[in-house]
Amino acid sequence: MRLVLDIITVVLVSAGGFFFLAGTIGLLRFPDTLTRLHALTKVDNLGLGLVVFGLLPQVEGRLDALKLITIWLLVQMSGAIVSQLIAQATRRSGRQT
Amino acid sequence: MTLAFACEIVLAGLLLAIATWTITARTAFAAIAVFMVYGLLLSIVWVTLSSVDVALTEAAIGGGVTSMVLLGAASALRGSKGAVASLSLPFKITAGMLCALVAAALATVVFFLPDVAPTLAPVAKENLAASALGNPVAAVLFVFRALDTLLEKVVLLLALVGVWSLSSDRAWGGVPELRLYKSPSPILVFLAQILPPIGIIVGIYMFWAGASQPGGAFQGGTVLAAMWLLTMMARLQDVPSTNAPWLRLLLVVGPMAFLAAGLAGFYFADSFLAYPPSIAKPLIIVVEATLTVSIGVTLALLVAGPPEKVPQQ
Repeated sequence: MRLVLDIITVVLVSAGGFFFLAGTIGLLRFPDTLTRLHALTKVDNLGLGLVVFGLLPQVEGRLDALKLITIWLLVQMSGAIVSQLIAQATRRSGRQT
Repeated sequence: MTLAFACEIVLAGLLLAIATWTITARTAFAAIAVFMVYGLLLSIVWVTLSSVDVALTEAAIGGGVTSMVLLGAASALRGSKGAVASLSLPFKITAGMLCALVAAALATVVFFLPDVAPTLAPVAKENLAASALGNPVAAVLFVFRALDTLLEKVVLLLALVGVWSLSSDRAWGGVPELRLYKSPSPILVFLAQILPPIGIIVGIYMFWAGASQPGGAFQGGTVLAAMWLLTMMARLQDVPSTNAPWLRLLLVVGPMAFLAAGLAGFYFADSFLAYPPSIAKPLIIVVEATLTVSIGVTLALLVAGPPEKVPQQ
């Protein structure tokens, strides 16, 4: 049982790490602000989500699990809101790159 | 070479690179954005050194509040025409050389530190039980070195007086405008509606947990200040007039309570800032609670900047 949980953790956290890597490459390589934002938020939410779900089998109690999920939700919220604000600022300034 | 050591090396390298970037950034805005990242990275460094209290403070003050103050300053400079004189080359070279000299002096001092650093940590740890607090950092701040903490709070207040005195004579005692956020976007308003209930609980928890775990008045107060600022920036709440009696009361209530507890020490215990052992913990908690409020209000007003609108009376 322990082994199965550990394998789940390794697989999910590695997948999360892969998405972070992909997001970083997108941030560096995409041509303009809006697509870069897209790469950053989409992939980070997914990446962090996978890392959090991967860590869930390792936590001690339910409270810790709840804390991890809350962190994920908060980061997701701030990511979504900040990317909207940056996108708005980009449109207002008329600079797309 | 272990994995942890490799991570530390990478972290240190990143920190140096980002520090260089803050200096070489072209615009003030870019430099401040990088400075925020620097603050967050530095707090990760503190976590790896097992100084969670310092890490929390660094993230809240170094990364958060300081950057907000800098952003306000940068936008104020951009607004005023001709206020930024470009510096001459000899001036830049002199400034650079002086900075290098300071860095070299600091590096020399660090390299010649004794191998076993003189420390009071074991003594503090031994007497932790006497302080009635579980967190050694809180015990040092409120019991062993309480005078430093008291003076620090007063310095914070003086800083606010300094910021306020930048206002014009007519606007003295008036309302800070938060001009940078004149027309908040609906998304910011949305954030200001859903985040504060969570943030207020986190802020109060950080203060409450500070007695026995990492946390405390400063970190909790900063979170509360951030929530208040958020609602003010989203214009969900009016920025208060700086001559409002309730505001001035909230600013001084923390330091006053601390000072009162300290003076009571002459009478009930045997010296200034000594607490009677039987009620030490509740006393410290009350002082910390009032300090959390005062720190929160002070930091929020520091970010809000000098008053600009003439007081309504």
